[in-house]
Order: sequence, then structure tokens, then C-alpha cells
Amino acid sequence: MIGLAILLGFNLLGLLLQHVGVPLPANVIGLVLFTVCLFARIVKLEWVEPAADLLLRNMLLFFAPTIVGSIAFASQLRAEWAAAVLGIVGSTIASMIGTGLLARTLIRHDHAGPEREHVDAEGHALEGEA
Amino acid sequence: MNAVTSHPVFGVAVTVIAYAIAGRVQARWRWMPTLVTTCGLLMGLLLVDHISLDDYHRGGDLVTFFLGPATIALGVPLYKQFGRIRRHAAAVGISVLLGSIFSIAAAALAVKIGHGSDIVFRSMLPKGVTTPIAIELSKPLHGVPELSAVFAVLGGLFGSIIGPKLLRLCGIHGDIAIGLAMGTSSHGIGTARVVRDSELQAGASGLAMGLAGIITSVLIALLALILR
Repeated sequence: MIGLAILLGFNLLGLLLQHVGVPLPANVIGLVLFTVCLFARIVKLEWVEPAADLLLRNMLLFFAPTIVGSIAFASQLRAEWAAAVLGIVGSTIASMIGTGLLARTLIRHDHAGPEREHVDAEGHALEGEA
Repeated sequence: MNAVTSHPVFGVAVTVIAYAIAGRVQARWRWMPTLVTTCGLLMGLLLVDHISLDDYHRGGDLVTFFLGPATIALGVPLYKQFGRIRRHAAAVGISVLLGSIFSIAAAALAVKIGHGSDIVFRSMLPKGVTTPIAIELSKPLHGVPELSAVFAVLGGLFGSIIGPKLLRLCGIHGDIAIGLAMGTSSHGIGTARVVRDSELQAGASGLAMGLAGIITSVLIALLALILR
């Protein structure tokens, strides 16, 4: 329960800061502060990991009601369904492929060859330490 | 019957039940996306039984509520995988920045090609980012915030379904590249999809989602000055 309490605490903190004028959604503010506190060891990983794992594994569930709610706009978009579908599909694909290709190319150029193994080894070492 | 469907238990129960069924369906038929099955079942139920969305959302909103702590929980994979992602800081920054620009530009172009109205055009521009940010960004553009939310959610749903296959098809393999592509193009829903595949993908995707949200906020603020 302590894990959920901590996550909700940061959610509340995010809401509070959004209220005082930070121009980001409460969730995003909370995510940034929570991550910073993990790195600063203010929050220990073992306190939050079980609750975080449970929420993350089932995160798709939490989007379902919002998607179901989109049927309310079906009639409004009927006349413009072509523009809406093209926009949604085109924009998602362009951004996905663009980001993916750029990231793949840049990561290869940054660390080509045997250095990759080195990166993996260090990554695991860091994980163990955490 | 009305007293039952308007009780919050109804919305929570049918959503969780539909999700559990969708999980079983996906275990059997791997190609059936969980969210599509879940939402298909729920929409079918509401339509067939003439249950109003207002009634459903009394409980549905309680389910949506957990998106808050779940988004914050993305800090865990981000923290655990940060050592492997940090080395590629430049690649992360450049690809998410350009990916965010592609998202806005392609949205504008596609709506123009489809002869969409000005309202659809303005509401579509911020659709690449997580729903609460898309709603906020719709306002300075003089779009309809609810419409931006619908576009963002459907874009995320679409991206979460085709993402892993499309990226494989394009030869994009590394976990970090996949994560960045999913998070930039399909925000939280794309991230929720890859959480099941790899913790490194989840960390990169969560990071990209946050970065894309911040970058897009700045880009839209500039764009709003031009689009008055």
C-alpha cells in the first residue's frame, strides 16, 4: 500500500503545482518529480516497485473509458470522417516512422560496433545497484 | 435497471470485466489488440442496452482516475533504464524533437488533403501528445478541446495497434528506438502497449512521451501566434 500512497502523493503534488501555475498537466509534473526523487534516493525503489508494476502492467485498462467516450463525437465527425481518419492515421505514422528511423540511425552512429556490449554491461550493473 | 446502470459500480465492473475477457481473447488470438476488444465489448453493451454515456462514466471515470498514479509509475522503468538511455541523449533529443514536428506537420497536411473544416484542422494539430496536454494545447489554437482529446486517444489507439508491427517492417529494431517512436507518436497508450514487451522500451517510451509533450507545447505556442 505504501507504493500506491507514494504514487498518489506525487499525483497530488503535481496537481498542487499545476494549480499554482506550472504549465504542465499534473500527471507529467508528478512523473518528473517522482523520477527525480528516485534518483535522489528520497524514494526507494523497493517501496514503489510492486504497486508501479501492477499499475503499469494494466495501464491499457485505464484508457478504455476515454476511448469508449469518443463515440459521443461520432455524429459530429460523420461529415468529416475522411479528414479525421487521414489526420489521425497520417500524423501517427509519420511521427512514428520519423522518430524511429532517426533514433535508429543516430544510435548506430553514436555507438557503432563493440561498444554496444560495453553499454549493455554497464546498464545491467546500474540495474543491479538500484 | 436505471438505478443499477447509473451506479458507479456498473461502469467499473463492466470495464474491468471487458478488459479481463479481452485478456483471455488475446491469449488465444495474439493478433486481437486488448484495447480494441475491451472497447468493442463496452460500446456494444452501451448501444444494445441503451445505456447513456453519462451513466457509464460514473464508474468509467473511476477507472480513468488510475491513469494518474499509473503515469507517475512510469518513473520506475525510466529510473531503472536511465543508464542505458542517457548515453544516447543527443539521439533522444533530436529524434523526439523532429518526431514531434512530423506529427504536427503531417496532421496539418492530412486534414487539408481530406478537406477538413478549420475546426478539425486546429483540433488535430496537438493530437500526438498525451490527452491532458492535447486538451490544453487545443485552446490557444482555437480548436475544440474535446475533439483534440478524441483525436489524441484514437491516434494513440491506432499507434498502439500497428506500432510494433510497423516498426519491425521498417527495420527499426533497438529497444530505445522502438520506445522513442511509440512514446513520441502514441503517447501514453503506445507506452502502455510496450510496457508488456520490454522495460527498456517502456522507459524510453515514457521519456519520449514526456519530452514530446513539453516540445509540442512550445511548438504549438509558436504556431498559435501564426494561426490567430
